[in-house]
Amino acid sequence: MNLKDAHAIRDAVNSGKISAGEWADAALRRIEAVDSALGAFLTVEPETVLRRAGEVDRAVKNKSLPLAGIPVAIKDNICTRNLKTTCGSKILENFTPPYSATAINRLEQAGAVVVGKANCDEFAMGSSTENSAFRMTRNPYDPERVPGGSSGGSAVAVAAGMTPLALGSETGGSVRQPASFCGILGLKPTYGRISRYGLVAYASSLDCIAPFGNSPRDIALLLSVIAGRDYNDATSAPFEVPDYLSGLREPVGGMKLGVPREFFGEGLDPAVRSIIEAGIRNAESLGCEVREVSLPHTRYAVADYYVIASAEASSNLARYDGVKYGYRSPEYDDLIDMYRTSRSQGFGPEVKRRIMIGTYALSSGYYDAYYGRAMKVRTLIRRDYDRAFEKVDALLSPVSPTPAFRIGEKISDPLAMYLSDIYTVTANLAGIPALSLPCGFTREGLPVGLQVLANQFQEGTLLRFAENYMQAFPVSGPPMKFQGISRPEIED
Amino acid sequence: MAISRNEVIKIAELARLHFTGEELDAFTGQFQHLLDYIEQLKQVDVEDVAPTSHVSLTKEFEKHIFRDDEVRPSLPVEESLANAPDPGAGHFRVPKVI
Repeated sequence: MNLKDAHAIRDAVNSGKISAGEWADAALRRIEAVDSALGAFLTVEPETVLRRAGEVDRAVKNKSLPLAGIPVAIKDNICTRNLKTTCGSKILENFTPPYSATAINRLEQAGAVVVGKANCDEFAMGSSTENSAFRMTRNPYDPERVPGGSSGGSAVAVAAGMTPLALGSETGGSVRQPASFCGILGLKPTYGRISRYGLVAYASSLDCIAPFGNSPRDIALLLSVIAGRDYNDATSAPFEVPDYLSGLREPVGGMKLGVPREFFGEGLDPAVRSIIEAGIRNAESLGCEVREVSLPHTRYAVADYYVIASAEASSNLARYDGVKYGYRSPEYDDLIDMYRTSRSQGFGPEVKRRIMIGTYALSSGYYDAYYGRAMKVRTLIRRDYDRAFEKVDALLSPVSPTPAFRIGEKISDPLAMYLSDIYTVTANLAGIPALSLPCGFTREGLPVGLQVLANQFQEGTLLRFAENYMQAFPVSGPPMKFQGISRPEIED
Repeated sequence: MAISRNEVIKIAELARLHFTGEELDAFTGQFQHLLDYIEQLKQVDVEDVAPTSHVSLTKEFEKHIFRDDEVRPSLPVEESLANAPDPGAGHFRVPKVI
């Protein structure tokens, strides 16, 4: 039973050939076999998973469901009713949400089976999943390297064949970067395309729920189900959701592609550069017209991102005060001291760092100089993209300046870690969709993703390009190297 | 801009965070490093540039942002209190304030 193809699973369940229960059991056995070495999951409740799969098996007797029996992994910052949601933080170690995110409700109504909650950097703050308070997640191509982050657990669940699809979240590249590091697809949708209701808030003007998968077809299927307006999220877009599956195979000959020169400057690893340049030549051979474009404000993007994200985080994370839910310190002097000790003991170092920077950026006398200015620079970054999309349909670039880095390599240097997001944060600031697709492997056997970016609500363009590209230039990597499993193929 | 240990203490107070002396020393250095990096935003000419707060808000979108003011079901009290560290009598209990 191969857990890589969501469409095949769905068809097998709807036709009664292989039940949702059997698929759930296969996913649970795969997790059991490989996850002690990889650490993708924080919470898996097998009985609940099998019960839920049984419900799907009963439902498909009456009618076919678009995601029937597909096992999915969910990043642990997306609320799941009656299933622990920790955000990778001590402060929410025992938090069990009383409601599910809209995206989860839509997945389940469509027949998907949530198999577990995936590890992430604490409150999605990080680029390596090393900031999780609970466990280390390892890259399946080299267990001494990070899977990327912050949605590292979700990426590894898909890359190592535990689930065919997973949800992560993006604020500055937290799905595209781990997709690139783990050799799978990750799509950051347009801001507002998927409801944020039930996604634990980090930076509300940037946050998106975002899917991982092994093929553009599977991502298109998932996106068609979870996208769309939601009463519970006023920032969700009130625009009709296209059928992302139709037109996926339409040829891309004549598509105009831009290559932003600012994404190929200093700091780009030569191995990544040559893989991406080969990817661009491949696009040309598909009949795409490629030209150079400029996004001049890119150099300010990381600084801009950290001011905006940290400011919004400092406000959003004020809710963790030991009163309504989450950790409360057992010892304190008075109310204010209870807030202080609960937060100081509950949050990890990176979260504290961002709360502090954000509090500073919003504090009296500094607001205009930092947050106010950052929101104006954001406008300029957005305009750069508006200009580029007057000339081209999509842009091609690297996802991250390097392949997966070593565990521990960047953890003591926050700024070095932030700079690994240099090619991804601009899409979040501009609110545009962007996708990472498998493009090649370095000589050491590490995956490298190609980033494709398009204008707002043009997810269909990204998926169509990815489908054409991957059909013509499939990438096969070396065997995965984690303990006990020598090859990535799923064996029954 | 140079940031002092005392300013870091003041910001921590605003953020309701506490740092030990040792943490504070390490943190002040990192904070300075990050602020120096952020400083580059001052090089950008933002004269007459409007700020962006909601990035996909268009005129068409704006037509839909207000919803009817209607009563909808909410979570039952017991479920709302289920994760509280110290619930009591249908409320969240906190240390004495006055």
